[in-house]
Parts: sequence; structure tokens; C-alpha cells
Amino acid sequence: MKRLSDERAKILFEKLNKYIGTNVTQLIDRPDGTYCFRELRDRVYYVSERILKLSECFSGKQLVSVGTCFGKFSKTNKLKFHITALYYLAPYAQHKVWVKPSFEQQYLYGNNVPKSGLARITENAAQYQGVVVYSMSDLPLGFGVLARSTTDCKTADPLTAVCYHQSDLGEYIRAEDTLF
Amino acid sequence: MDVVKEVLAKHQKELEKYKPITVDKHLECRLDVGTLLITDPNDFDDRELRDNREEYLTALTRDNTQLLLNAIWELPTERVDESIVAKLPEPTTVLPRLRKVPGPRPLTKWEQFAKEKGITKKKRDKKTYDDTLDKWVPTYGFKHAEAEKSKDWVLEVPQNADPNTDMFQKKIDLRNEKVAKNEIQRMKNIVRARKVDMPRSGYLGPEAASSSQLLTAVTVAKSSTASVGKFQNKLPKEKEARGLGVKELIPGGKRKASHITNNEREANLDLIKSVLHKKPKLNVDKAISMQKEEDRLAREAEGAPARKAKPKGKGSRKAVGKKPKGNHGQRAPGKKAQAGRKRR
Repeated sequence: MKRLSDERAKILFEKLNKYIGTNVTQLIDRPDGTYCFRELRDRVYYVSERILKLSECFSGKQLVSVGTCFGKFSKTNKLKFHITALYYLAPYAQHKVWVKPSFEQQYLYGNNVPKSGLARITENAAQYQGVVVYSMSDLPLGFGVLARSTTDCKTADPLTAVCYHQSDLGEYIRAEDTLF
Repeated sequence: MDVVKEVLAKHQKELEKYKPITVDKHLECRLDVGTLLITDPNDFDDRELRDNREEYLTALTRDNTQLLLNAIWELPTERVDESIVAKLPEPTTVLPRLRKVPGPRPLTKWEQFAKEKGITKKKRDKKTYDDTLDKWVPTYGFKHAEAEKSKDWVLEVPQNADPNTDMFQKKIDLRNEKVAKNEIQRMKNIVRARKVDMPRSGYLGPEAASSSQLLTAVTVAKSSTASVGKFQNKLPKEKEARGLGVKELIPGGKRKASHITNNEREANLDLIKSVLHKKPKLNVDKAISMQKEEDRLAREAEGAPARKAKPKGKGSRKAVGKKPKGNHGQRAPGKKAQAGRKRR
């Protein structure tokens, strides 16, 4: 376990900024304790101080996962969020997309959201804005980026992709071995 | 008679001093006289071993040695220079090898590549016919260089090259370079075969170094100040070198502590602040879409109440009912339709 280097921390916060905007501060500035980001085998973990202290009994090789895995740095130093990050992204998300009940299953199989599957969308979301995808019963299903801005969505064809899929709850099963 | 008794007693005493040369064993010992080895398969006497260990072991060793010596005395002996010598038979015990069996020679990099690609060596003829010299010339080796020399008695200077370049010297240089390269590759093959770590080659120059090596060199050079590069300016889009062994090259670049330190929270918040307050780039698409949105909102805000407020006057004509559509009416070809108002 090590602290993120300045370069990687910046990449992480920039990425978080895309999904939860100014709420990034609330991940660090928490009233209920000290939380921090740690890196292990190129994976980023969000850990509370209490858990971190416990984890220090183990060497890096013995540790499988600590706290919440947010994502993984690629070899080219790009961060990719895992579905496990949804727990923290969903409550703070500033832009959301709701999918129709008929499209929920398709989304959970890893498909992009087309206009026909879109039920609701938050106003004023720009293109390529990171969004959290909800079902109509307000259950977060995953996250992605908008392929079109909210205004463009209204005039789009029913078959054009509105939100590119990045991660969904189905990954807990599909990517079980590489998730944590 | 006293003398006889004395002698007998003395003899008896001497006999007691020496133990008998016959040894009784429950199981027969295995003997390999060739290597002067005896192996005793009998179990130890547990009680003896516990009570008087040293004596018991010494006695056991003596007995076994006696057996070995008995076996040696059975061999044919001869006398060489006042001493009795026995000729030992061939040893029967197979001793294990001292070193491991050498494996096959590891392939060189080229051999491995050729194997993967299925490239096989082509047999070349020892001599080839040279058209320009009009004779058979050795393909390689003895007198090949001589033939080459007599063939290339004149060399063309390329159009784009400096006219004063010595093309012959250039050719020699090229060849020397090839030889040097081959030598380096040979060394590398040896190193690879022995599986030893090669020392780091350092900065290889702008031509030879790979991008990651250049990045490492920059990172190391920057951190080689008295303040470990703390006050060194960053270049735009500069990347930090990552990967194996980079940390060791950077002086003072120790791993950060894993536990939460006091300033970590502040440092993180500062970083977040800098990320949040980054001046956004002018995104034309975004601007257009925002403008469109604003316009639409303005239109809606303007349009909806205006229509309500407008009094329905006499002149205001509103389409009532269905919008007329084409291809539904009946044509009356004989009747001339009155179209538009009559112009005069």
C-alpha cells in the first residue's frame, strides 16, 4: 500500500470531477473520520484510517483488497473506474440518466443506452459528461458518459446512443476475478 | 608351574584387551569394499542408546569397522616395500552427481526468433558466379574480400551527399559498425544465457534511447539538485517516469509513508482545489449546445405567455380542424379551378 503520487492523484481527482463535480471534496473532507486514497498493484482504494491501520499488518503481496476499490491505472497511466466505485459516485452524482424498465436488463448486459431506452435525463448535461445511470425506481445501475448533450438528446433518433456504457452492476458477475 | 600360570594369565589379559574379530549381526551388513563403505541395516538398541550413548556408538562403530577390515583381509594381498597392500575391487555404490546435468545450450535471440518464425538456414554455395568479374568468386571467407575490392574499384557518390565524401571510407565504417553491433549482440546473448543482471546502460543519447529511457533520464536529472528537484519547474505536459527501478535512480525519492500523515488531507484538498479551479478550455460544441438550450428556453418563455396574452381579434385567423392534406380531393378536370385572387 502506498500513497498515490501527485501525478496519479491529480488524474484520480480529475476523473472524479467528471462524475461528481465539486463533491470531490466531500470524499476527503468527511465529518465521520479520515479517509484517503491508497494504491496497490496499480489499483486505487478508498480507505478509512481505521481500516488502513489494520491493513498495515499485511504486506502488499498478501493483501487482496482494502476498503473500496475505485479503479485501476492502465499501463499508460489512465484511470478506469470499476463498478465498485458506484457506491461513492451515485450519492454525489450531479448528472444522472434514468433508463426505461424495459431497457434495464440490456444495460446490465453492458450495452450503451440508446434514445429509445432513455426515460429521463438531468438538464444541462454537456456531451461527454460523466453520468450515473439509474433505473426508474432510483436504483443506481452503473455509470457512463453522455454521447450527446441533454439538448441534443431531445432531437436525436431513437436508435442513436445517448449514453456510452462504462460500467454496470453486471460486472460484479462478469468481471468477478479482476474487480477488486 | 608358576611361570606357565603367569604366562597364561598374561595371555588371558592380553586377549581381554583385544576384542574378537568375529562380529555377530542380526542382519548382514552391506559391504562395498571398493569405496571402503559399510552400511549397517540393523536397528539401534533403544535402551543402550538412551543410557550410555557414547560407549554404545563407539562399540557399534568398532564392530562395523572390524567387519570391513575382515572383508579387506579376504582380498588378495601383496607386499610392496615392506607393507602389505590389497587391491580393492571396483566400487559398486553409485554416488550421486556433484553438479546438475548440463542442459542444452540456451538459444540466442536470433535462433529463438528463427524458431518461432520457422526460419531455417539455407545452405549457400561455397562459390558464386560473379557477372561483373566474369568468374567464380568465393561467397565468404578466404579471397572473398579481395574479389569484392576488385569489383568495387569505383563507387558512386549519391546525388544528395556531399561530393567530397570518401565513399570507400564510408563503406569501411559501415562494416566496422556492423562488426561492433554483432559483438554487442554476442555479449548480450551470453548474458542472457547465464541469466545474470546487466548493469543499467544509462543515458544512451537522443538517437538510441527509447522514450521511456528518455523520460527516466529527465526525471533523474531533474531530481539531481541539492533540493531533490523540489523547486524545479515543470514542463507543460511533462510526465514522470514510472516503472521498475526508477525510484532507485532518483536520489531521495523514497516511498511515501502508507499511514495517514497530518498534511495528507490538506495536500489532497489543495490538489482538488487546483483541479476544480482549472480554467476550462473553450469548448465550442458545448458553447453552441448551451446557447441553443438558452435560446430554446427564451423562446418558450417568450412564446407561451405571449400567445395567451394576445387578444383574439377579428383578423386573427386560426386553422380549425384538420390540416388539409394532398392526394385526398377529387379532381374535376373539366372545371377550371379558381386559383388565387383575380389579378387585373
